[in-house]
Amino acid sequence: MLGALIIVFREIIEAGLIVGIVLAVTQGVPGSRLAVGLGVAAGVVGAVLVAAFAGVLAEAMAGVGQEIFNAAILLVAVAMLIWHNVWMASHGRELAMQVKQVGDAVRTGGRSIAALGIVCAVAVMREGSEVALFLYGLAASAGATTADLMTGSALGLLAGVAVTALTYLGLVTIPQRKLFAVTTVLISLVAAGLAAQAVAFLQQAGVLAILTDTAWDTSSILSDRSLFGRVLHTLVGYADQPSVLQVLTYFGTLALIVVLTKRFGAHRPAPRARAVGAAPAE
Amino acid sequence: MRFARPISILVAAFAAPYLVASGALGDEPAKVTLTLKDHKFSPAEANAPAGKPFVIEVVNQDGTPAEFESKPLRIEKVVPGGKTITVTVHPQKAGRYAFFDDYNEATAQGALVVQ
Repeated sequence: MLGALIIVFREIIEAGLIVGIVLAVTQGVPGSRLAVGLGVAAGVVGAVLVAAFAGVLAEAMAGVGQEIFNAAILLVAVAMLIWHNVWMASHGRELAMQVKQVGDAVRTGGRSIAALGIVCAVAVMREGSEVALFLYGLAASAGATTADLMTGSALGLLAGVAVTALTYLGLVTIPQRKLFAVTTVLISLVAAGLAAQAVAFLQQAGVLAILTDTAWDTSSILSDRSLFGRVLHTLVGYADQPSVLQVLTYFGTLALIVVLTKRFGAHRPAPRARAVGAAPAE
Repeated sequence: MRFARPISILVAAFAAPYLVASGALGDEPAKVTLTLKDHKFSPAEANAPAGKPFVIEVVNQDGTPAEFESKPLRIEKVVPGGKTITVTVHPQKAGRYAFFDDYNEATAQGALVVQ
């Protein structure tokens, strides 16, 4: 039972953390609960579909369908997270300062909320499909211990939900003004970590057959399969044996976010702010 | 449209190495076949050549799905019940590279000896 609990929990901890962060980021924004709820529901449906068609996926695209699919959905999540951060950089200040046009900002904000809903869907679908496969395996190999394993799996799922709750509750204790800064950094790190994961899949598929050497091996100090390692893996993108290209991608993504945030963040606000602004126009 | 640009930059950033990467397929790479039955690998230990790419083929003879995983080789791939997957491994240094089935880690363990 404990084994099943650990496997299921390990698979969904990433989704649990990400949904918790999104809930904290969108706290108080009209329609955000619905977006997150729909995202999670779509993710569950997607996970079951991915698991059901695992055979088809494994054989697609000359045998690398699985890798390309995983990389693609991870990159969708990365794009959505980056977009959210850039959007917040250009509108967040107006929102926080309650400047006019709040109605307008909230309306366009709907798109940013939808982006985060998609992030939840991707996170749940990716990890959930592995849980679904594992549970399918349990159900298929009906034995004396199956009920026991199912109980363990259910407890693992509950523990995942608890991670979401803890992440959310932990983040919302941060004062509103600081919360924005904290979640911006957190979302940037999560996005960089997911981009590095996507690269690992593309390298495995042979699509990115460059810089494949292992950059470092810290698995004996902190394995990214351990509980703490897994949490760090999601929150800051920690990997115990990344490839050189993964490391470059991680920092490249962070740099991209900083550049885009600066550029579009300084671009938007009122002309007055622009006079002080740091970024050149074009 | 303001966000068309960041997204296209993003796509370009990821697509650029993609274009560089393909190519360089010389002679047929060596193939290592691992069979999963009763959640155990056979052989549990296999040899592979050092310094050149090789292919691992995993044949899952069990009715339930497995996830073939190797941390040092950075492989993570689902092998549905009754199916076979292959994965091409990038050139590796000599050494011992452990692998396992993530869904049945207790029994399904093995290692590749690269030399």
